[in-house]
Amino acid sequence: MAVNSRPPAGEAPPAFELKAAGFTLPVIRLLNGDMEAVAEQIGAKVEQAPDFFHNTPVVIDLGAFPEWAGEVEFPLLVGLLRGYGMIPFGVRGGSKAQHAAAEAMDLAVLGEAYSRSAKAAPAAASAAGAAAPETGHGAVPTFTLVTRPVRSGQSIYAAGGDLSVIAPVSSGAELKADGNIHVYGVLRGRAQAGHRGNVEARIFCQDLQAELVSVAGHYRVAENIPADLRGVPVQVYLDQKILRIEKI
Amino acid sequence: MARIIVITSGKGGVGKTTTSAALSMGLAQRGHRTVVIDFDVGLRNLDLIMGCERRVVYDFVNVINHEANLNQALIRDKRCDNLYVLPASQTRDKEALTKEGVGRVLEELSQGYDFIVCDSPAGIEHGATMAMYFADDAVVVTNPEVSSVRDSDRMLGILASKSRRAETNAEPIREFLLLTRYDPQRVETGEMLSVKDVQDILSLNLLGVIPESKAVLTASNSGVPVILDRESDAGQAYADAVCRFLGEDLPHRFIQVEKKGFFNRLFGG
Repeated sequence: MAVNSRPPAGEAPPAFELKAAGFTLPVIRLLNGDMEAVAEQIGAKVEQAPDFFHNTPVVIDLGAFPEWAGEVEFPLLVGLLRGYGMIPFGVRGGSKAQHAAAEAMDLAVLGEAYSRSAKAAPAAASAAGAAAPETGHGAVPTFTLVTRPVRSGQSIYAAGGDLSVIAPVSSGAELKADGNIHVYGVLRGRAQAGHRGNVEARIFCQDLQAELVSVAGHYRVAENIPADLRGVPVQVYLDQKILRIEKI
Repeated sequence: MARIIVITSGKGGVGKTTTSAALSMGLAQRGHRTVVIDFDVGLRNLDLIMGCERRVVYDFVNVINHEANLNQALIRDKRCDNLYVLPASQTRDKEALTKEGVGRVLEELSQGYDFIVCDSPAGIEHGATMAMYFADDAVVVTNPEVSSVRDSDRMLGILASKSRRAETNAEPIREFLLLTRYDPQRVETGEMLSVKDVQDILSLNLLGVIPESKAVLTASNSGVPVILDRESDAGQAYADAVCRFLGEDLPHRFIQVEKKGFFNRLFGG
């Protein structure tokens, strides 16, 4: 009997696995067809935070593109985004005609995701008529202070800035901030800093007993937080896309 | 296709979540792929009773709102491979549950599971009606106590009229009675309703009688479904109930006062 080292046909070892994953990415919500204005304003934003935009995949959101503005000049837009180091890879929202034009540029057409931040953007920027990346950068930094205990089931979102809590945060409560989160007390609930993609955001707390902590979408659940990091002052931050939790 | 079981009662605090945890663990241990879903949006407890509260990332409402898919939200139980938990949201309220959303999620789960256990919230409002709407079987958890019996009767009426099976004139939901916190001593002295008293009012198939037991509190606080405490009376009673649900005919234990033997009476205890 010959010894055959290759596995029989139909039983080859798998070369890859198909999985699903979610990513939090910046979305450029186009509000105007004037590519010169877009180029100028994006240029200004990129100058403020060049590392943030370098090699960053972005989605172009056409949901608020006004009908009177005519066609979206995709070749110009994609070219200028790439010029600034971004990687535009898809569009969402907009009309079928716009989707067809996007596909012609090898951009993916993404489904309409449930978007909470969609409410804020049109009202804020409609007068200016400029394209604005939906991240914390460029927005006026705000500060939210909470002095009463945050109870189970309560959800606090500090849009556009930092959140400080000078009270305990119960299990089942949710803290979200576009910027940093500081808890001067025990944190038993969930804390999500950098909610709109700010990878520089951090979480600071005096007593970590959280159910889940996350920075810009990178999260860790309680089960995976070592016991010696619980009950002591810690900071949570992203170090090149890896979430680190360290004693202060 | 999965069998959808709702654990309901009307009255609060009678043992629905305890029962959901025990029943789903029992079914899973018998080899059936089981998922248990917490329908109590805003007051979630199932994750605590199952001991998986430190692994919750996404919840039922996230899946209904397309913010996450089922695979991201389902939590596999560490003690039994066949058992998965779908936790509720703590920050939203019951209005987040829509008939279409719930139906879609149950449909998707039906493909991969044998049993879907729905842990209903108390009451007869939206959360409870969403939990029971798609049910094939209903376990009505009742305490041997007048207000609980009356509330269970009300819930039975709702099951018979507002469920999908009722609305489509399909074969009615199979109803079972589970009597919990039963104390044979107090029944004997006439303080507590007996099994017969409850059956007179509700006339249901008796799935089981779970005795009042300290093991239940211990189990909740340790995040262990009480059916895993094989030494306890409550754990054994739940195990019997699972067998009966799967068709076995077992006599009901723990409904008679235990007669103390000669030595017990002599030496006390």
